[in-house]
Amino acid sequence: MKPSIVNAGADAVIVYFADVISIEANQRVLQLDSAIASSDLAILETVPAYSSLMVYYDITRHSDTDIRASIKAIIESLPELQQVNAEQGQTHVIPVYYDETVGPDLARIAELHGCSAEEVIERHCRDSYRVYALGFAPGFAYMGEVAEDLQAPRLDSPRTRIPAGSVAIAERQTAIYPLASPGGWNIIGRTTFPLYEPQKGILNQLNSGDTVRFKAISKDEFIAAGGSVEAFE
Amino acid sequence: MIEVIEPGMYATIQDFGRLGYLKKGLTRGGPIDENAFLWGNYLLKNEPGAAQIEIVLGGSKFKFSTAAAVAVCGADVSLKLDDEERSIWETFQVEAGQVLSIGPARSGLRAYLAVAGGIQVKPQWGSCATVKREQLGGHRGDGSALQKGDTLAIESSTCELTQRIPWRYRPDYSKPPVLGLIPGFQYDQFAMAEREKLSFHEYKISQQSDRMGIRLEGPAIEYAGKGLVSEGINIGSVQVPPNGQPIIMMNDRQTLGGYPKLGNISPLDLSRLAQCRPGQTVQFTRVEVAKVQQQLKNYYDFFGITPACQTDH
Repeated sequence: MKPSIVNAGADAVIVYFADVISIEANQRVLQLDSAIASSDLAILETVPAYSSLMVYYDITRHSDTDIRASIKAIIESLPELQQVNAEQGQTHVIPVYYDETVGPDLARIAELHGCSAEEVIERHCRDSYRVYALGFAPGFAYMGEVAEDLQAPRLDSPRTRIPAGSVAIAERQTAIYPLASPGGWNIIGRTTFPLYEPQKGILNQLNSGDTVRFKAISKDEFIAAGGSVEAFE
Repeated sequence: MIEVIEPGMYATIQDFGRLGYLKKGLTRGGPIDENAFLWGNYLLKNEPGAAQIEIVLGGSKFKFSTAAAVAVCGADVSLKLDDEERSIWETFQVEAGQVLSIGPARSGLRAYLAVAGGIQVKPQWGSCATVKREQLGGHRGDGSALQKGDTLAIESSTCELTQRIPWRYRPDYSKPPVLGLIPGFQYDQFAMAEREKLSFHEYKISQQSDRMGIRLEGPAIEYAGKGLVSEGINIGSVQVPPNGQPIIMMNDRQTLGGYPKLGNISPLDLSRLAQCRPGQTVQFTRVEVAKVQQQLKNYYDFFGITPACQTDH
């Protein structure tokens, strides 16, 4: 798909690199994001997502027509991806306490794949995941891809409250709930990895393009790190 | 200081909003009737983004222990300073010890109480805007609304001369607004007959509307295009979920979403939308982005907003 630039409001445009989830499109998004940041365009902020980049600009400096032409020129001048370092971000290791008490869907996923709960945990820790996008809520990182032998559909009916730090799987994506909230993803464990603590000024150490690995820890280690084994309602 | 005697149904601290953190998942927040908010700060010669109290439907009481020049703009509420009547859309003096009562709104939904110098609240990520869903902002810093007994810091000030907003600038919130739609996002992927429904029908404001989004009820709009991968959402984006009933995303919107969007409502029309009550109707008309940008530039000039100052926060 050729990149397209589409209006996204009085003060924004959105650039689409693909209409599906792909690592390549996501790399192009981040490549354009940094090219725009180092250009002399008057940009207010950008929102990188899976395969699109939304760009808010200063309308007192650029018109809709101008900004499209400028962004088009930047896209055309982007180097081929092969020349770009494939590892754009940092690597994070996130410790997770995987257990039925804090991960009520471990058994469901095990049953779905005809394996044990231990194997579900092994599989989740086996692969590394790319952070495709941040958003929806503060600190929420969409990570993928979850291997086929671990994928699980969303719950038919969302839970009304999922505790903060819950580690979750939905289809090909995995994520951590930064705040207690309702949700329909499968919950398999819990982490103390800080994602969003507004009172302490902590906001997301993960960035789009980063790599994440999960590491299983014991209940004692989890509690020692300040974890709470608060059960599900 | 201002002491909250009665918060009313829902009163929150709002400044111009949190800018520059969409990338990290923080939404903007801020006054959803930005126009009324800006008039308040304009009257008091405050910075355009100085913090105010956004009051839904009125019914609030505040006791001042510091003398201050104040103004209330927005919804048509009655005002009483102790037992004396005061008017909205103009400045007046509150002496230390006096109680300002904001009555129920006769038209409109949100009134803004502005104080000279702004309400003094510690910013988080550059703003004190209250966003409930993010547990962020407000004077507790946890996204909670004002509660009985809360105290808010203000500067002492004097209202030398009454400043008034001319009548021609005061919106009539009882009239159905016409919202300008800038076609965008997936507009071209909607069938023509579907996307034109907005132009030919009235839509009613649903009860399930809040600072995240204003839900509309009317002829369902069908989207037969491809499923979407989550992408950015603007303030004013017109989302069409599977039930076909459009939602206009407002200041507390989630930063990413996967529903198709027809485009965006002109920022200048969102203030009027923010004052619509459930059951009120709205109409849509297509507008050109170049025209909206020109109007927006004039608006920025008038209120002294520079997009650079938006990122300075």
